[in-house]
Amino acid sequence: MAGLGEMIRESQIWKSIFRHPMPVDRRNRIVVMLTNFFLHLHPVSIKKQGIALSYTWCMGGVTFFLFLVETVTGVLLMFYYRPTVEWAYTDIQMLRDVHSLGILREIHRWAAHAMVITVWLHMYRVFLTGSYKPPREFNWVVGVLLLLLTLLLSFTGYLLPWDQLAVWAITVGSNMARAHPFLGNEGPGQQLLTLGGVDMITNASDARFALLAARDVGEETLNRFYILHCIAIPLGVALLLAIHFWRVRKDGGISGPL
Amino acid sequence: MTHGITDAQFFVMVSSFLGPFYLMLALTNGVAALYLWQTGQSKTWFRSPAIAGQRVAITNVLAWLALAILFVLLAGFSSSGNGHWMPALPEAWREAINQSTGPVVYSAGTTALLVLLYLFRSFFVKPAVAWSILNLMFLMLGLSMTDRDFYEIVAKPDNVPIVMLIFLLAFFTWLATHRAVENDRRMERGEPPLEKLDNEKVLVWPDLVYIELICMIALVAFLIFWAIALPAPLEEPASSVKTPNPSKAPWYFLGLQEMLVYFDPWMAGIVLPVLVVVGLMAIPYLDFNKAGNGYYTIKERRFSYLVFQFGFLEMWITLIVLGTLLRGPNWNFFGPYEHWDAHKVQALSNINLSDYFWESWLGRSLPIAAAGSGMLEKIGTILVRELPGIVMVLGYFIMLPPLMALTVFRKFYMRMGFIRYMVMANLLLFMASLPIKMILRWVLNLKYLIAIPEYFLNF
Ligand code: HEM
Repeated sequence: MAGLGEMIRESQIWKSIFRHPMPVDRRNRIVVMLTNFFLHLHPVSIKKQGIALSYTWCMGGVTFFLFLVETVTGVLLMFYYRPTVEWAYTDIQMLRDVHSLGILREIHRWAAHAMVITVWLHMYRVFLTGSYKPPREFNWVVGVLLLLLTLLLSFTGYLLPWDQLAVWAITVGSNMARAHPFLGNEGPGQQLLTLGGVDMITNASDARFALLAARDVGEETLNRFYILHCIAIPLGVALLLAIHFWRVRKDGGISGPL
Repeated sequence: MTHGITDAQFFVMVSSFLGPFYLMLALTNGVAALYLWQTGQSKTWFRSPAIAGQRVAITNVLAWLALAILFVLLAGFSSSGNGHWMPALPEAWREAINQSTGPVVYSAGTTALLVLLYLFRSFFVKPAVAWSILNLMFLMLGLSMTDRDFYEIVAKPDNVPIVMLIFLLAFFTWLATHRAVENDRRMERGEPPLEKLDNEKVLVWPDLVYIELICMIALVAFLIFWAIALPAPLEEPASSVKTPNPSKAPWYFLGLQEMLVYFDPWMAGIVLPVLVVVGLMAIPYLDFNKAGNGYYTIKERRFSYLVFQFGFLEMWITLIVLGTLLRGPNWNFFGPYEHWDAHKVQALSNINLSDYFWESWLGRSLPIAAAGSGMLEKIGTILVRELPGIVMVLGYFIMLPPLMALTVFRKFYMRMGFIRYMVMANLLLFMASLPIKMILRWVLNLKYLIAIPEYFLNF
């Protein structure tokens, strides 16, 4: 067996993929961090306190991992789901009733809830350790945007099963947009926006309409939320995450006492 | 969820949860006892009175072991699935809790609790105290689960995350406070914070990558367990004619929905959420205190700590818990063990400030513009009608910041400069507007300070 492992590790194919020897000694443990694409997100060495669970709670990392879980299970779910009023509900029903699809939907849903919780806990820890203080002010701002996008991801996904729970939760949530000052059909000041005596802000042109793509949660909303949920927001999160991680490194790694 | 099943079937269902639940608690207490004993951290709390001439030392190890045994017994009784045997809160207690709770008691109670926890934090962070509280919380949860109304709300699949959130927050708040108290003590003695002790560098491979690997495996295991234990909800197909009662937004927005009780949608749904986001982003630029960067501390940054905790724990989390677990049909308040009765009536007799002012105090009717009068006259009449509220609100937002700059925030103002100070003062005033409106509602039944429904402008 040892011989076989040796042979694989000595092969041209292996060496072409992993450009470093096994990280068994100090030198190669450093080399592995520098030459591996996935590991190069990390520094080579780090203050002990920066990896102490009692300090970081690992919550940023857990949130990121949950995002990856959501991406993978989300792609799998997309194979079985059609975002139309005709099919959405029955497709979800099938996910429940066809046993070979197992717990795919459960993992996606519960990991989404968990991600909302862990992102709050991550923010809580960053605040309590004062890690938003200079030089990390901007990364906190990036973080707040990530928090917002996480909530929007969860919110847009909530509609997709197209059951009573989904549609009414989104209805209640999006009704708020109707009251947007100036831009909502029932918001303060909307009467001021008129053009030649014609109201510009109606229930077919206000902020809620922009969100739902319709006067009420319907076919168009489903399509809009589907695209936001599966493409637009994840891309935004991915971009912000890249900046977030980059800044953690550039701001001098995990915070610590001076 | 438990509709259409008999009480007997219900008890069998809960027992399949409660048995493993108590066993887990027994296990954690047993492991805690073992750990303390093995690592020589056994501590004698007190000595029992002499039994047969011997005084037994009651140690922490013994206490947690006894608790573990108690939980094993509870697990046994709970697994019976027989309503007479399963441990539960006495009916009278549950009734008393239902009777005595309401939005006011809930809000005042959570506030008082948080204040107590903060003031006596050096007591509450002691591991033995915190561990007892955690056990007590779990015990209360277990004893409450046999109540059908309680179970109905808490075990609803989409509410399960909130129950987890409560426990996680309790744990992490303890952890952070524990370290902060320790650090504050150390720094008072002139020693560096704990974080400073771990200043040496270690290699990321293996130290960090292995932690990450283990975390990932544990997380996947947890998710798979959760996904198998709890099926995702799927209700009836969407119907635009059947409105569910209550109609609730997803749980993480229920704090905002709860604010609708006190504010109109344009405030609760737009202005305040936007200010929450803006306010969060502004924190690093407003907090000029250089201390407390990179370690847990409370004493070195008391002001920012208290403001954040007020916003996060008090305004965001407790309102979510209230909105999710305690608000039922018609958004009425229901005690934790109360049946969600859609016909419960609650007298709503809220009065606008303008009604108070013109009718009760001046003894006149509200000013109304004469029929057929022009736009300007109409608006003028409305402004006169709402004058008391407008004066109060403008006074609040315009007068208070300079007043505070001259008094309580004098030092802040000098350090921050005009613009930064004004941003902070206004954010704080907006944040305080919610509890102020709550109190006005509870004490005076006040509906709106400014009520201009003609222009959807109620405040
Ligand atoms: C999708 C959401 C997010 C992900 C995946 C994420 C991920 C991470 C990770 C992996 C770290 C490294 C340290 C750690 O694990 O604690 C980190 C650090 C940091 N995060 Fe986030 N984060 C997210 C959201 C946020 C939010 C909401 C905030 C604040 C409002 C925030 C502010 C910060 C700051 C300031 C740091 C540097 C902390 C330090 O140096 O100690 N992040 N983030």
